[in-house]
Amino acid sequence: MSAEPVEVRVTKPETDAYLSVRDLRVHFPTADGLVKSVDGLSFDVHRGEILGIVGESGSGKSVTSQAILGLHKGSRARITGEIWLDGQELVGASEERMRALRGDQMAMIFQDPLSAMHPFYRVGDQISEAYRVHNKVSKAVAKKRSIEMLDRVGIPNPDRRYSEYPHQFSGGMRQRAMIAMALVCDPKLLIADEPTTALDVTVQAQILDLMKDLQREFNSAIILITHDLGVVAETCDQVVVMYGGQCVETGTVDEIFYEPQMPYAWGLLTSMPRLDRSRQDRLQPIAGQPPSLIQVPKGCVFNPRCAYQDKVGGDVCRTQHPELVPLSTSSTHAVRCHIHPEERRRIWADEIKPTL
Amino acid sequence: MIRYIVRRSIGGLFVLVATSFVTITIFFIGPKVAHISPALYFVGKIPPTPQGQKLIEHRLGFDQNLFQQYWTWVKGIFVGRNLGDDQSVIHCNAPCLGYSFRQHLPVSHLIAQALPVELSIAVGAALLWLVGGVAIGSISALKRGSIFDRLAMTLALAAVSLPIFFTGPLLLLIFKYNLKWLPNTNFVGLTTDPLQWFRSLILPWIALAFIYAALYARLTRANMLETMSEDYIRTARAKGLARRRVVIRHGLRAAITPIVTIFGLDIGQLIGNAVITETVFNLHGLGLLSIQGINSQDLPVIMGVVLVATFAVVVANIIVDIAYAAVDPRVSYS
Repeated sequence: MSAEPVEVRVTKPETDAYLSVRDLRVHFPTADGLVKSVDGLSFDVHRGEILGIVGESGSGKSVTSQAILGLHKGSRARITGEIWLDGQELVGASEERMRALRGDQMAMIFQDPLSAMHPFYRVGDQISEAYRVHNKVSKAVAKKRSIEMLDRVGIPNPDRRYSEYPHQFSGGMRQRAMIAMALVCDPKLLIADEPTTALDVTVQAQILDLMKDLQREFNSAIILITHDLGVVAETCDQVVVMYGGQCVETGTVDEIFYEPQMPYAWGLLTSMPRLDRSRQDRLQPIAGQPPSLIQVPKGCVFNPRCAYQDKVGGDVCRTQHPELVPLSTSSTHAVRCHIHPEERRRIWADEIKPTL
Repeated sequence: MIRYIVRRSIGGLFVLVATSFVTITIFFIGPKVAHISPALYFVGKIPPTPQGQKLIEHRLGFDQNLFQQYWTWVKGIFVGRNLGDDQSVIHCNAPCLGYSFRQHLPVSHLIAQALPVELSIAVGAALLWLVGGVAIGSISALKRGSIFDRLAMTLALAAVSLPIFFTGPLLLLIFKYNLKWLPNTNFVGLTTDPLQWFRSLILPWIALAFIYAALYARLTRANMLETMSEDYIRTARAKGLARRRVVIRHGLRAAITPIVTIFGLDIGQLIGNAVITETVFNLHGLGLLSIQGINSQDLPVIMGVVLVATFAVVVANIIVDIAYAAVDPRVSYS
C-alpha cells in the first residue's frame, strides 16, 4: 500500500521558504490500531536557516524527517498533507521523482554513524557512490570530489582515509564522513536526525560547529532534530517543539528559551540540567509518560501531564483540541494551549523563570 | 594474509593427522578387542591354521605396534609401499592409501575413479542450490507475505522434509521413464562428452539441490529481512540509489555473508556423503565406494575414503575462512 494523498492543493503556499510542510500527517496502520506518529504538522524552513525540531522519543521527529525524504514510500504508512520543496509538492510525488531529489536536493545525516554506514564498503566508495547517483562522472572524478569533501569536513589524511572502512574510523570521524556523504551533491536542504546523540560531548561541539560552518558556506536550509535543548540553543534559528506527533509551540530560538508559553516547553526547560544552577537542586522531570500514539488523548495532547489545567475553566483541556495560535500576526511564535496568553506570560515570569 | 593461510593450513594438517590416526586406531584395535584378526577385514578369508593367520598378519604388518603401522601407512601416501613379504609382493605406488584385496586394486586408484563423479555431483548441485536458494530467498524477503513468498516457503518446507530417496526415484520416473527425455543416464567424464556428462548429472543435481536450496532460501530470506531493516539500507535509500542497487549492492551483499560460510562447509561435507543420491542414480562416486567398502568389510577402502572426505572438509573450512575475511572487511587475518 502506498501513500494516498487525500487532497492535493495545486497551489503553492504563500511563502518564500525553501521547505514548507503543511498539515503533514503520517499514520501507520498496525494490528493494534492506527498509530498517528505525526498529526497535522506545519512548518517552514528558509535557505540559510537552521530549524530545530525538539521533542521526546516517539514525538514524531524522525518520522517527519523520513516523510520529507519520502522514505516511507512503499511502506504501509499513510501520508497526507503537503510538503513543498522549492515549489515542488513531495507527498504526491512518485518514488522515482523522490529518488532523484534524495541525496541531490535534500540529504540526511543519521544518529548512529556506525550503523548508518555499510560495514562492507570503504568510506570513500560510499561517498563516491552518493555522488555518482546524481552526477554522470567517472569514478576518478567522483573519488577526487569525495576526497575534497572528506578534507572539507576536517578528516585528516583524506587520501588515505578514503580507502578505509567505517569500523576503522572513530565515532566523530564517522559522523564527519556521514556529513561529507550528505553534502557531496550540494543539497539545499539537510536534515540531521540527532546527529550528535551517539557522540562524545567534546566531539558533539565540533560536529555542531562544522554543521554551522558548512551551512554558512553553502547557504543551505537545515532541519536539526534533537531532544537536546542545549544543542538547539547553540545552533538553531527557529524551533518547533513537538509532542505526541503535533507541534505544540514554535518560534525563534529566543522566544522558545526566554518566553516559552506552553506548559510542555516549560517542562522541557525545567528538566534540563544546567551548570549554573546549585548542585543540590534536583531536576524537575515532567510527570507522567509520553502519550500513546494509538489512543491520543482527547482535547489537548498534553492534558494528562499538564499541571496547569486549573488555569482554564471547566474541562476544556480534556475535550477541546487547542489550535496552534500565533501570538500576533507578524510573529512566528505560536502556541497550542487553552490558557489565556496573559495568564501564560504571568505563570512563566512568576512561577517558572525564577526556578530555572 | 599469506601467514594466515599458512597457519590455517598447518592447523588443517593436524586435523588430518588426528583423523587418520583415530581411524586407523579404531580399525586396527577394534578387531583385536573382538578377538578377530584385522587381516580378515583386509583379505576377507583367513587361513584356518594359526600359522597361516600369523603369516598374513606378518605380511600386512599387523605384528608391528600401532605407531609403526601408522607410520608405514602415512609413508605409503608419500613414497608408496610394498605390501607383503619376499614371497608375494604387491607394489602400491604413491599416493598409496592402501590396497583393496577384494577388488585387487590400489585404494588410490578406486578413489581416483570415483572422485571426478563425486566432484561433478557436488559442484554442479552446489551451484544450482546456491543460485536458486539465494534468489528465491531474496525475492521472498522483498515480497514478504506475498503469494510468491508463501508458496516458496511452503515448497521449501516440503523440500526439506522430502528425503532424496523419494524425490530421486520420482525424478527418474518422470524424466527418464515416462517422458523419456533422458533415456541414457550413464556417467561420462566431462572431457569425454560434455553433453552426456550433463545429461547424466542433471537429475541428481536437481534432487540434491532441491533439499539444500530449500535451506538456503529460508536462510537467505531471514538474513535479508534482517539486513533490509538495517540503518545502512536507509542511508542507501536516502542517497537516492535505485531500489535494485539498494537491494543487491547493499542488502544482498550483507545478507549473503553468513551464507558463504555454510556453503563452503556444505560442499566439503557433501564430498563422500552423497551416498543416497549416488545409490539412487547409480553414480559411482565416493559415497557409493564407501558403502561398498562397508558392505564387503573392505577396511583399506573405508580408510581411504574417510581420509579423502576429511581432507575435503578441512580444505573447505580453510577456503571458507579466507573467503570470509575477503567478504567481510571487519574480519582480520590475525
